[in-house]
Amino acid sequence: MNLHEYQAKQLFAEYGLPVSKGIAVDIADEVVAATAKIGGDKWVVKAQVHAGGRGKAGGVKVVDSADEAKDFAEQWLGNNLVTYQTDSNGQPVSKIFIEACVDIAQELYLGAVVDRSTRRIVFMASVEGGVEIEEVAAETPEKILKAAIDPLTGAQPYQGRDLAFRLGLSGNQIKQFTHLFMGLAKLFTELDLSLLEINPLVVTAEGDIHCLDGKINIDGNALYRQPKLREMHDSSQEDEREAQATKWDLNYVALNGNIGCMVNGAGLAMGTMDIVQLCGGSPANFLDVGGGATKERVTEAFKIILSDENVAAVLVNIFGGIVRCDLIAEGVISAVEEVGVEVPVVVRLEGNSADVGREVLEKSGLNIIAANSLADAAEKVVVAAGDRA
Amino acid sequence: MSILVSKDTKVICQGFTGSQGTFHSEQAIEYGTMMVGGVTPGKGGQTHLNLPVFNTVAEAFDKTDADASVIYVPAPFCKDSIFEAVDAGIKLIVCITEGIPTLDMLVAKEKCDRADVRLIGPNCPGVITPGECKIGIMPGHIHLPGKVGIVSRSGTLTYEAVKQTTDHGFGQSSCVGIGGDPIPGSNFIDILGMFEGDDQTQAIVMIGEIGGTAEEEAAAFIKANVTKPVVAYIAGVTAPPGKRMGHAGAIISGGKGTADEKFAALNDAGVKTVRSLADIGSGLSKISGWEGP
Repeated sequence: MNLHEYQAKQLFAEYGLPVSKGIAVDIADEVVAATAKIGGDKWVVKAQVHAGGRGKAGGVKVVDSADEAKDFAEQWLGNNLVTYQTDSNGQPVSKIFIEACVDIAQELYLGAVVDRSTRRIVFMASVEGGVEIEEVAAETPEKILKAAIDPLTGAQPYQGRDLAFRLGLSGNQIKQFTHLFMGLAKLFTELDLSLLEINPLVVTAEGDIHCLDGKINIDGNALYRQPKLREMHDSSQEDEREAQATKWDLNYVALNGNIGCMVNGAGLAMGTMDIVQLCGGSPANFLDVGGGATKERVTEAFKIILSDENVAAVLVNIFGGIVRCDLIAEGVISAVEEVGVEVPVVVRLEGNSADVGREVLEKSGLNIIAANSLADAAEKVVVAAGDRA
Repeated sequence: MSILVSKDTKVICQGFTGSQGTFHSEQAIEYGTMMVGGVTPGKGGQTHLNLPVFNTVAEAFDKTDADASVIYVPAPFCKDSIFEAVDAGIKLIVCITEGIPTLDMLVAKEKCDRADVRLIGPNCPGVITPGECKIGIMPGHIHLPGKVGIVSRSGTLTYEAVKQTTDHGFGQSSCVGIGGDPIPGSNFIDILGMFEGDDQTQAIVMIGEIGGTAEEEAAAFIKANVTKPVVAYIAGVTAPPGKRMGHAGAIISGGKGTADEKFAALNDAGVKTVRSLADIGSGLSKISGWEGP
């Protein structure tokens, strides 16, 4: 789960970390009061969306009057911001974050991720702040400084000091950076983050360490124990069908093709998309219907798949391990009847009682094509969707 | 021989009397697995599926001399269950549960490593040595005792590979689901090393997917250490970047972890890769230099 920048900074502030005074508003009329409350005569206004590249897309602006800030809010609130990280529709803007302006002397980078290879939370810091860190990592990996956190003992202050010295910081900045490092490590573990990024982290004109941006991703598996973060979730930033699928505990990801896929198991669901493409077709989605593949889940899965107007045929691929395939076949039939599926449905059942399952499908009298194997199913659905004669 | 488990492996179940624990323990017993008891706190002293129930893993270990424990407890309690099994002295833990927080797994994996405990999973179908011992949720009837070792990040994709190797008459020595999480207890390299050292295993099927670099690391390991033929399939060529594809670990992030990179690394290591998951069995039969069926 992702958070907005204003939410990330709210958490930074709660952990006593250096952020600017800021207020998030959801109507333009609140902007003038917000600038007055923050004070000063210069502010940064930022459209809040779950995507990077906001600055280049016009979603971030430095303003020196409250009216200008209000104009910016009116321009973006209720509209979509398109950046290089979004699709062509962009992401809806429903909040504008207004912040006090900071004079920057130097831009740094500070981030942390769960590193899968070393199985550690790894902090990364660099003097190359404000730019794409992936590019820095690819071109000049030596400029990325790392500190790995021991899972059993946690972050230690010396690791923060070490990064600070290697970044070329000095004097009071060492203390400030170490405080930030320890605070972020605490925040990362207490709030079950999977990614944390401050880009840029700046040294202000006064010489202080300051978080200018904030990006936080939270481990979805841990949301059950993070009720406060769960409430911060902004579902407007997600694909509508993906959000609907989540409600039914189905894993759905929208793609651009015309062959709907319904599969049990995440790996097999990916493998099914791949084989559809190998046969000359184009998958419309990833959908893992889960181990049960009961009538109710299959019905909901059909509804979600068919809400995509591009879908011209559906491939159901179920490996019935312990569940009997004839029961799954009955589930598919009643789901097709209940939802009123009009496009051709190709079904491949494998495993326990697969023969009986295929027989049940063929006798249904519905527009269901039973396939003998996975390769056969992929061929048939590509033809049924009209991608290939 | 086989790897990890055999007909002599004594198994206990944590979460024994719950619905999952009950159902899959019944299936395991029916398959012939030497189940020797189970653990459900507060139900110690009872009998379940004709086996003793214990309050703690330590007590179960003491009374049954179990070699392995399979965990079916819900995700919020898995870290505790893994710790309990490690501290009790169990040397092989198979965790089936999906949805364990990643930070819990960082700690649990470290704990296992320091105690020299082999953890398989989580978020996996488990481990099976066909005809001898089934620990997990895989359907037993598709397996055939034989000579191909299978290691995979995905449950149903493992079943596909099992079915194909059964249909081709190769059979399986052992099949290990290492799971779809970003922090697995065991990785490809751990299992590949075991298959390389196992007499019964004559060829290896490796099934990976997008996300992380475990397949690239495995490719380097194979190049340096594995003499047996390896067939590999990677799922997710069509997966878009930045989207989690069902499994917590299946995500292309920052342009890294694509299927194409993994295919390339495996090809470079001399592995026979197949682009269609329907070709795993036929891919094996096309390799010369091993006995075949």
